[in-house]
Amino acid sequence: MTRRIRRLQQNGFFLAMPTIAWLFIFFVLPLLIVLVVSFMSRGRGGVAIMPLTLQHYERTFGVFFIILRRSIGLAGLTTIICLLVGYPLAFFISTRRRRLVQQITLFLVILPFWTNFLIRTYAWRILLGEQGTINGLLLSLGMINEPLSMLNTQFAVLVGLVYGFLPFLVLPIFASVERFNFRYVDAAQDLGANDARAFLRVVLPLTMPGVLAGCALVFIPSVGAFVTPDLLGGTKGLMIGNLINKQFGGSGNMPLGSALSIVMMAVVMLSLLIYVMAHRRERGA
Amino acid sequence: MKQLGLLLFILLLLAPGALAQDMEHEPWTCPEDYDGQTLSIFNWSTYIAEDTVPNFEEACGVTVNYDIYESNEAMLARIRQGNPGYDIIVPSGGTVQRMAEEMLLIPLDLDMIPNVANVIPDLLGAAYDPENEYSLPYQWGTVGVGYRTEVFPDGINSWDQVWDHDGPVAWLEDRQTMLGIAHLILNNDPNSTDPDEINAARDYLIENGGNVVTVAADDGQVLLERGDVDIAVEYNGDILQISWDCECDDYAYAIPDEGSNVWIDNLSIPVDAPNPELAMVFIDYILDAKVGADLTNYIWYASPNQASIESGFIDEEILSDPAIFPPAEQVAKLFAIIDVGAEAEELINNAWDELLIFLGQ
Repeated sequence: MTRRIRRLQQNGFFLAMPTIAWLFIFFVLPLLIVLVVSFMSRGRGGVAIMPLTLQHYERTFGVFFIILRRSIGLAGLTTIICLLVGYPLAFFISTRRRRLVQQITLFLVILPFWTNFLIRTYAWRILLGEQGTINGLLLSLGMINEPLSMLNTQFAVLVGLVYGFLPFLVLPIFASVERFNFRYVDAAQDLGANDARAFLRVVLPLTMPGVLAGCALVFIPSVGAFVTPDLLGGTKGLMIGNLINKQFGGSGNMPLGSALSIVMMAVVMLSLLIYVMAHRRERGA
Repeated sequence: MKQLGLLLFILLLLAPGALAQDMEHEPWTCPEDYDGQTLSIFNWSTYIAEDTVPNFEEACGVTVNYDIYESNEAMLARIRQGNPGYDIIVPSGGTVQRMAEEMLLIPLDLDMIPNVANVIPDLLGAAYDPENEYSLPYQWGTVGVGYRTEVFPDGINSWDQVWDHDGPVAWLEDRQTMLGIAHLILNNDPNSTDPDEINAARDYLIENGGNVVTVAADDGQVLLERGDVDIAVEYNGDILQISWDCECDDYAYAIPDEGSNVWIDNLSIPVDAPNPELAMVFIDYILDAKVGADLTNYIWYASPNQASIESGFIDEEILSDPAIFPPAEQVAKLFAIIDVGAEAEELINNAWDELLIFLGQ
């Protein structure tokens, strides 16, 4: 018996070998290279050379810190707005009685993915521009006298991020709410809880795994966003992703770009850690 | 009768063209022995006339592969990794210098390029390649300000008008050009490598960049066209393009009196080119008076070809446009960018990152 289990375990290991090799060659190894490069000096054309130095980390936490903070702030705000908009939406979709209505609304959430993300973000430039659609509409309605400056601001980046990542939050919450047994709400109300209390004490905790997964799926790509701030942010909405990108052109600074990436990764890892801990506590409770 | 009128009309249309055709100019002929060979060209996008390559193929009986790139860096990266088979590249001044230092270029044999005599003497022997060992000019132009004439009815003649403008402005994502302009205003060398001077230029730009909404890679003209900015610091060709497209006087281009950047794109042969001899024949072909003029008439950049200019092959509309061919007193104040070396490159890089960070504060 034990021999058979051991053999199965061995087979399992061999079966996993391709994946392990893949992960090592294309994930662990490059990550190690980035880590090493982040401690090297900048050579001509932005390449990494010896000797080792800590100056890129100094710069990351020095002049670059405000942009790092801005990126985390914008990503956090994006997550909160997505949650406030997405949770009711997901709840609405999953509580439809008729299957067809549910399928159509779900389809509508996914529909934007049919168009390329770059094109959709570009469209926001036309909507938010000084002589754009929104300003034109507000001006013709007489609601404003001068065009609003919306493009090339942090507001524009926020709009773009919320728009781009909202579906990532709706889908996991939808899955959670769909599995939710509404008899628990009946039970809570039988025991004297009002609607708000039943929601906060019963519905929310039981759909928490979906909420956490959704938040992680929105926060992580938002914090490193590059396309959205590049197209919508201008000088005021610059994010860390843009500055990392600039370091890898022909006259950038690859070691600095690597250091910025490592710090970014640490931020993402930290938020994942919070996610895992929160998730565990949920399950433990 | 009606037909005769039409015929006359067509003749009238053709007449100026026929007059301009210099009868003395013999069409460029290809040296023999290249029949059946192949040439690979790696050029910037939208940077050649429609018939330039087909005419060369016909004249020499060769096949041309044509590939495009969007930036010096992109081209440089391709060649650095090992030339994938290009015979002709079109690097800008500083890039020529850098590639020559990295031994990425093949020296030109000027005996094979007799049309070098057609080039404007002032554009030969530039600081980045003093002996024209590796490069000959292809087209040249300037960086200046594109603006909406509605906002500036009296035009722009000083950088102060750009700094002080109460409205959205776009700068060009070209660190050496932007810092060079600040150096020029601060009476320093535009290609300064001095740390204090570089920081002073950075601080000058941050101080005067409060109205900058975006530092655009290469689409300032689009922002101008859409009304998102009133001023865009841009390449002359890009601004001319939008005035040309809209067939209106809504946009204009000016080089401020303090001076600005002049860029020269060059024909060079990368290391390991499969057919360097045919490449030199092609360079000679491009420097022909008629071929060069046709090229300029199509892409609207300034020609470095004295013979093209003097022969009358270039459209008068282009020749007389100060935005394309700036007057001599402006040319005197233009600076070319050179490669500043690894140390200053890092200083400039750092200064530029800091500029981008603080412009948005």
